[in-house]
Amino acid sequence: MLDLAAKTETPKTADEVVEIVADAGATGRTLEIVGGGTKRGVGDGVAADVVLSLAGLAKVIDYAPEELVLTAQAGVTLAALEKLVAAQGQMLPFEPPHLAKLLGAKGKPTLGGALAANLSGPRRIRAGAARDHFLGLEAVTGRGELIKAGGKVVKNVTGYDLSKLIAGSWGTLAVLTEVTIKVLPAARTETTLLLFGLSDTQANAAMVAAMNAPVEVSGAAHLPQAAAARPPLKGQMAVTALRLEGFAASVAARADHLAEALLGFGRAERLDADHSRQFWAQVREVEAFHKDPLPLWRISVPPAAGARVGEALAGDTLYDWGGGLVWLLSEGDPLQVRAKVKALGGHATLYRGDASAFEPLEGPLADLTARVKAAFDPKGVLNPGRMGGA
Amino acid sequence: MKMPLPDAALIARKAEIVRALQRLVPGEGVIGDPAGLVPFQSDGLSAYRQTPLAVVLPETVEQVSAVLAWCQANGVKVVPRGAGTSLSGGALPLTDGIVLGMAKFNRVLEIDYPNRCAVVQPGVTNLAITAAVEADGFYYAPDPSSQIACTIGGNVAENSGGVHCLKYGLTTNNLLGCEIVLMSGEVVRLGGKGLDAAGYDLLGVVTGSEGLLGVVTEVTVRLLTKPQTARAMLLGFPSVEAAGGAVGDIIAAGVIPAGMEMMDRPAIEAAEAFVHAGYPMDCEALLIVELDGPEAECAELSAHVADLARARGATTIRTSASEAERLTFWAGRKAAFPAVGRISPDYYCMDGTIPRRQLPYVLSAITQMGLEYGLGVANVFHAGDGNLHPLILYDADQPGQLEAAEAFGADILKLCVKVGGVLTGEHGVGVEKRDLMGEMFSETDLAAQQRVKCAFDPDLLLNPGKVFPRLHRCAELGRVHVHRGAVAFPDLPRF
Ligand SMILES: Cc1cc2nc3c(=O)[nH]c(=O)nc-3n(C[C@H](O)[C@H](O)[C@H](O)COP(=O)(O)OP(=O)(O)OC[C@H]3O[C@@H](n4cnc5c(N)ncnc54)[C@H](O)[C@@H]3O)c2cc1C
Repeated sequence: MLDLAAKTETPKTADEVVEIVADAGATGRTLEIVGGGTKRGVGDGVAADVVLSLAGLAKVIDYAPEELVLTAQAGVTLAALEKLVAAQGQMLPFEPPHLAKLLGAKGKPTLGGALAANLSGPRRIRAGAARDHFLGLEAVTGRGELIKAGGKVVKNVTGYDLSKLIAGSWGTLAVLTEVTIKVLPAARTETTLLLFGLSDTQANAAMVAAMNAPVEVSGAAHLPQAAAARPPLKGQMAVTALRLEGFAASVAARADHLAEALLGFGRAERLDADHSRQFWAQVREVEAFHKDPLPLWRISVPPAAGARVGEALAGDTLYDWGGGLVWLLSEGDPLQVRAKVKALGGHATLYRGDASAFEPLEGPLADLTARVKAAFDPKGVLNPGRMGGA
Repeated sequence: MKMPLPDAALIARKAEIVRALQRLVPGEGVIGDPAGLVPFQSDGLSAYRQTPLAVVLPETVEQVSAVLAWCQANGVKVVPRGAGTSLSGGALPLTDGIVLGMAKFNRVLEIDYPNRCAVVQPGVTNLAITAAVEADGFYYAPDPSSQIACTIGGNVAENSGGVHCLKYGLTTNNLLGCEIVLMSGEVVRLGGKGLDAAGYDLLGVVTGSEGLLGVVTEVTVRLLTKPQTARAMLLGFPSVEAAGGAVGDIIAAGVIPAGMEMMDRPAIEAAEAFVHAGYPMDCEALLIVELDGPEAECAELSAHVADLARARGATTIRTSASEAERLTFWAGRKAAFPAVGRISPDYYCMDGTIPRRQLPYVLSAITQMGLEYGLGVANVFHAGDGNLHPLILYDADQPGQLEAAEAFGADILKLCVKVGGVLTGEHGVGVEKRDLMGEMFSETDLAAQQRVKCAFDPDLLLNPGKVFPRLHRCAELGRVHVHRGAVAFPDLPRF
């Protein structure tokens, strides 16, 4: 578990990060890499000799709104960044969830952390994941070498796309020091269509129908009755929600089209822009499952199979990504949870709970993964045990 | 362009190698006779040609696996190939290696509308994916101009783009999974039908790896629903600066068009002469802006874009009134390469990306360099994302012109990097830009990338000679100590 007594280093420059990592490698010590530390609770935790915090590398280096590109040091907080781009009428397209409250953490989530964990919010289904907006990086590998990869323009195929590899590697390959991301104009307005009282299976079908209509749905979530009854909604019935974003005339036209396409599932109610924003922030942060003592699973499956997760496994569920992302509160045996999810073509990560967090890999994929880890961090300096084997 | 020194001993073993491969892929699956090898000598970068030892055309994953495992055991190099349309020499054969042609993997395996994806074999052409689903209102978004010919396997290897990637992304943003075979013969599945996968994003690093990491044997692509309407606008400007300014204004207004393409005067003239798209001939720069979505959105945004263009002094503002007219607007742009091919015996297509604000400076610098090299240039340009395609006009029959075109091209790419851009936006490094990698990356950066190569292919047998200016032996790479980009003893040879 977390060793809170471990010494914390807070470098102010990338060169200092190089020194710390190189020194750890040379002296056989290990490092736990943290941004705001909000995701430290995910999984088994890391038992490392020293905590390396990126909080001291928090500057925005370059932001050119008309180029749709932003370069910042990895430790910049998501909150600061969201404010900065909003002032220019732009947004972080992947809508990163902060999840600090969900994980009962105190710190402030950082951009580097969101990219390292590849965290993407409800807009994932339309705009893509964090990894899709990660254009380039400067990072210190476990070998203590400062490398750069990718670029600072929106379109680039020069060399291997190491940004993708580092996204979702949870700090086990390299310490991000500076990152370049793609930003987009913020939607001028939005609305959400709500359907009430659907079973999980019906809701999954409604979400498929909405996603397959030419209306560019940018959020598709379902809160079954049990989840909807919890705070903050405290509703009586299951809620299925479909978000449309864009210019006003377009949103209105698409909302009419979608309402008609969904008539078979009931008459849809509409949320105005403010309530819509509020609703999706609650979905993004999985607010219904805050402060619950039960183990919490994050399950990724083919979207049309979402409701089958709820059928196969006991516990309260909340569906996002049109069914492709299922949050499950369950005391079920972890091995069984993983087996059932795997049978549906997905994988499960234990976000809150005591068992091992990450899906174990098998066969040639496990071997290849171990070789990739060794390519970046042969001595296992960075986040030992973070991703299970890796 | 220097390729790794061929291994004479391997070339001498050709007959034996062909026989061994024939046992693994019986029937017509192995081509060894010199005449049969000719069509495989080059790809879309036709200035480079080499004859491979043999071409193998497997039909099953088991055969791919057996061929790769045999080649690894026997030290035979392998160059994967789709349709051979690469513009960077990615599929250029090696004289001491085989070409592994994936053309027979040409089936759409599954269309899954509820999950909005299709599972296809790598030899399926890009356009065939859309063709298989368009009657049901779906399409596959990335649309390289070569889409009737190029394969999805090649698209994955090159991370190809198209005129619609401003809004819909490159290949990498439209994939869910793939199956690859490693040089060892091991078969690995990456991703699936879900929106993310367990473990590292190896799919992300395989995409765009130019056939150096594994042979793609199956691809799961995302399908999108076709927009209700699409409208194209033709906007003519008195200067490149004005057109570039309009592009910035459109994006600043919060509009991300489905496509936003620019052509300069030489490109407009060539295209108009070729396809008679009705382009205005009194302008220095032409923008084609495509808007898609519901009718209400197209109407609102096209009016908005027209206002912005007018404010930048546009002399022509036309919006397509029908689907036929929209396609006509695009016809000239889509035929720009062959159109330029008509006005010049040869042309050489470059592919750098720059920050858009640098456009006027870079285009005038390119014109200046053209004067110095004595070669003409026509520019087509993915203006929305800053991806330049200068087409250098030359005549290979004139002594020295090919070399001059190559030197000119290299200068353009160096300039792209200097102004904050990159060497290639969508065509890949291949052999073409291999020796320019040092412009963007230090030895340390390249060593980190090459270690990824070593994790997938420790004997460096898959498509060597591409992408990396120098390929270090993997065992040696572990020992090369690089500090801040400076190699110890830089003068010692490192092979
Ligand atoms: C006229 C013309 C227009 C073009 N327009 C565009 C454009 O708009 N946008 C764009 O991005 N590109 C464009 N291209 C470039 C080219 O079409 C793309 O790079 C395309 O993806 C190559 O596909 P291919 O099947 O021809 O692959 P090939 O040329 O056969 O191979 C390309 C690379 O992929 C590797 N490869 C092929 N198949 C596999 C496989 N199954 N597994 C592993 N590796 C494999 C090869 O080794 C090679 O490195 C254009 C080319 C031409 C000739």
